[in-house]
Amino acid sequence: MKRLNLPLDEETRKSLHAGEPVLLNGEIYTARDAAHKKLHELIQKGQPLPFDLQDCYIYYVGPTPAKPGQVIGSAGPTTSGRMDPYVLELAQHGMQGMIGKGRRNDAVKEAIKKYHMVYFVAGGGAGALLSHSIIKREPVAFEELLAEAVTKITVQDFPCFVGIDTEGNDIYDLD
Amino acid sequence: MKEINVEKVTEALEKACGEIAVDYAPDIIAALQKGAQQETGERSIAAMNMLLQNAEIAHQDRTPICQDTGMAIVWLQVGQDVHFVGGSIQEAIQKGIAEGYTNNYLRASVVDDPLYERKNTKTNTPAVIHTQIVEGDKVSLELMAKGFGSENKSAVKMLTPADGEEGVIDFVLDTVKKAGPNACPPFIIGVGIGGSFDSVTELSKHALMRPLAESNPDARYAALEQKLLDSVNALHIGPMGFHGNTTALKVQIEEAPTHIAGMPVAVNMCCHACRHWKGEIE
Repeated sequence: MKRLNLPLDEETRKSLHAGEPVLLNGEIYTARDAAHKKLHELIQKGQPLPFDLQDCYIYYVGPTPAKPGQVIGSAGPTTSGRMDPYVLELAQHGMQGMIGKGRRNDAVKEAIKKYHMVYFVAGGGAGALLSHSIIKREPVAFEELLAEAVTKITVQDFPCFVGIDTEGNDIYDLD
Repeated sequence: MKEINVEKVTEALEKACGEIAVDYAPDIIAALQKGAQQETGERSIAAMNMLLQNAEIAHQDRTPICQDTGMAIVWLQVGQDVHFVGGSIQEAIQKGIAEGYTNNYLRASVVDDPLYERKNTKTNTPAVIHTQIVEGDKVSLELMAKGFGSENKSAVKMLTPADGEEGVIDFVLDTVKKAGPNACPPFIIGVGIGGSFDSVTELSKHALMRPLAESNPDARYAALEQKLLDSVNALHIGPMGFHGNTTALKVQIEEAPTHIAGMPVAVNMCCHACRHWKGEIE
């Protein structure tokens, strides 16, 4: 299985094909509905963002609280489609990839093609399993959002599939 | 008259919240194992194996199966000869859910206002409570921890009598197609038929409480459940949406009398993490 170290150079991103299983390694930011709304508002107001979007990867996840001794609780992907309205804006600010589950709309596919991004699909409903591939987590912003706060996680051989590749091919449309 | 201390309700719910979050019911594990054997595609096999492996890890680590540990739905059935003591039964239920989610490290997923502030209540309360007064001196409780990836893909439609069985099948299939990969297949699908606009959705949700091995007691509806399951699986959405044979594990129907002019139908989509518990309070 292909092992990828984030961030990925353009050549590597273009070499990925929808449907292929990969193992992600490196740093990823967690953000979902409420955090995306807040990022959007900051961008609109021209205010500084809590983390650098350039070459960043965002994992759509709201984990359960970590028990004592755990890095993170259950941490599977949430439905990506709810974040579709924010993708173009984040892409314009340098976002390189997203991790979630489920279909994306046509506007997201176009943004993925235009900005050579990658959408990875992780196992929906496999949060306990996926938590084992997250080895570090630190707070970044919006802690008041609890599970929805932005955090930086370090992943080691985090299993997922290429969901939409740089050419716009979609895992859910494969035979 | 029988006295029942509401503290017992709190304790029972607190414990149940913790248990259903980390352990699939054995019938769902069995259905996933059976589904895994029916898959032939590389990705659909990988998806089923991932779910089974996840179930083992969740059980061993006591970590929730899924990070969306749900919104709590409670059905409270009270015998008319029961007298609650020790406080408010409504508060006792909410306390049971709050303690269940907090003490067991489950996710607080409830916001106070749905449209404007959307501030997290931090306790996963309030739970949705359905109450029914029945004969006798017993109290029975049912709890469901309903995830919203699938809840968001649920639907209700006011069919007319002329739509018949075919209309029901079309609506269920249409709803499942729209849910697609987003609602975390393989699904368990609750279908309500009859009642009114409001009550049919509760029927569809309560249908999800039934163990997978049990079908509707009415043979006609049981046959429709099987027909719907076969039709849904023929859509080949497959586990995690990666195509394949296991789109749903079971379709459960609950029906009720309705108006001469109507045939309300509700489809409550549920992912494989169909978490529920039932108990009696003595």
